[in-house]
Amino acid sequence: MKKLSALPKPAKILIWFLIALFAYALPLLELPILSTPDSDFASVLFTVSIYCLVALGLNIVVGYAGLLDLGYVGFYAIGAYTVAILTSFHGSWPLLLAIPVAVVVAMISGVILGAPTLRVRGDYLAIVTLGFGEIIRLVAVNTEWLGGNKGINNIGRPPNLGDEKTGLFEVPHLFWGDGTVLLDNKDTTKFLIFGYSDAVPYYWMGLTAVVLVLLADILIKNSRVGRAWEATREDEDAAELMGVPTFKFKLLAFSTGAFVGGLAGALFASRQSFINPQSFLLLFSILYLAAVVVGGQGNRWGVLLGAFLVAYLPERFRGFEDFRVLAFGLALVLLATLRPEGLLPPRRTVRAKQLEHELDELEEGAEPDHDGEETARA
Amino acid sequence: MLLEVEGLCVNYGHIEAIRDISFSVPEGTVTTLIGANGAGKTTTLKTISGLRKIRAGSIKFEGKDISAVEPYDRVKLGIGQSPEGRRCFIGMTVRENLEMGAFTRKDRKTAAYRDDLDRVLGLFPRLQERIDQIAGTMSGGEQQMLAMGRALMSRPRLLLLDEPSMGLAPKLIQQIFTIITEINSQGTTVLLVEQNAAQALKRSHDAHILETGEIVRSGKGKDLAVDPAVKAAYLGGDV
Repeated sequence: MKKLSALPKPAKILIWFLIALFAYALPLLELPILSTPDSDFASVLFTVSIYCLVALGLNIVVGYAGLLDLGYVGFYAIGAYTVAILTSFHGSWPLLLAIPVAVVVAMISGVILGAPTLRVRGDYLAIVTLGFGEIIRLVAVNTEWLGGNKGINNIGRPPNLGDEKTGLFEVPHLFWGDGTVLLDNKDTTKFLIFGYSDAVPYYWMGLTAVVLVLLADILIKNSRVGRAWEATREDEDAAELMGVPTFKFKLLAFSTGAFVGGLAGALFASRQSFINPQSFLLLFSILYLAAVVVGGQGNRWGVLLGAFLVAYLPERFRGFEDFRVLAFGLALVLLATLRPEGLLPPRRTVRAKQLEHELDELEEGAEPDHDGEETARA
Repeated sequence: MLLEVEGLCVNYGHIEAIRDISFSVPEGTVTTLIGANGAGKTTTLKTISGLRKIRAGSIKFEGKDISAVEPYDRVKLGIGQSPEGRRCFIGMTVRENLEMGAFTRKDRKTAAYRDDLDRVLGLFPRLQERIDQIAGTMSGGEQQMLAMGRALMSRPRLLLLDEPSMGLAPKLIQQIFTIITEINSQGTTVLLVEQNAAQALKRSHDAHILETGEIVRSGKGKDLAVDPAVKAAYLGGDV
């Protein structure tokens, strides 16, 4: 990252463009090391993109504002159910109209849940949110109007571009033979047809949402709002003394997180075309939190990496049956022991660590590398 | 009067932390509250900055009752606080901490803001040296300077300082008190809470002595510093 930020701006833009291009082309490349032999690679990538969205949203709540949310799946469910109801069960809205409504409903539910609970500090919030996630699911189970246990099917799909049979054009996938790479003209993705079997267009949709949320995340984090979140997380009383209305900023973080969670749920529902309460178990809240914590809460690139690992690894090793869950659990325990701040901790933690390390070395009697390091101990 | 506290009572649950105290801080002065641990000094400051709720009585700032004003709005009115135990944002750099201090200011791109930053860095040259260092890696004295500088960045009319000398080496304590006098001479009114009574009394215009939540003595700082009873109780006899 350091080397990257030293480059001139056009080069940086080019590099980011190439990374984005690679990400978009990933399902077409079918790279043998990355591909998932036991499940459709594009479907896995779509799931990864949804986890990335969720992780970015939850990172705002947990990583930036320091609010422990154990019921994040609730907002995800609200987004999914809103889309399902509007496009299929109680209406026939077009998806593109239903998604904005879904995210706004998720956001409002975030405000409704946050307003009474964010005034209390510490662990209470974790308990209340835990309950919230379960309540949403149980309401869905017990309400016929929401489809009950059977769930809702025929959820709206995104609109197609071009002809149903061919799309605007067809993009061939790569085929990796023994030492050769061929264009596979039988296996093509139609641009841009949202069908049942081909998950690639959905992945592109999910990835686009990730890119947009990522850009918004960068803008917000570097603004006054981001700084206020950081101050609130570090020391709430001190933040108030700086003139930060901490409650308002916590509520803003909570509802922004809910917004992104609702968006992820809405896209998920559209891709699955079918949802029922089983899609929104407590387990998912925990997995989302695992993605954020494993990746490094507070660092957007870290949580993206965490989301990728949490969503991708179990699919990559699907062949190992239930052992993969055991291995996954072991991996989490190992990570928690070896990298308690996550794989990519926020820059601040890294800088602080480096400084501590330098100071420790000084204390052990090594020659000071920089001027003034000695006075730092004084 | 810049600040008037009248009949202030504050409770922690059922425990009365402060019972019916009244005092005022004239504009342009250094006023000190001294007292032992648990006398209610910090509670008084926290109540003035709004972190604690009032049970009875009133706090007036520039003649207006601010009892119901939220803490973050009191900063805008001109009350800045350097809290007990410094409470710097330890994950942020010195510069970011100072910027947080100016959170309520809308003029952060103007020369006036840069002048204030220069003024604070002039008062605390050590902060200038450490401007990009993470606050959590600095020594206690440096963090104290940062907490004071941060509070000054909001351009307060009234600066509340809660035990700025706590845990510092004697040489640093001298330095901190010199800076407090300097801040005051630049036009900021200071309300100081201290256990280090000798230094505090010497440098303050007015002083009040708190004991178990009540003011037991008030007077000029210099008078109290030579008062035999005060000397015996707070100055260890012979200072």
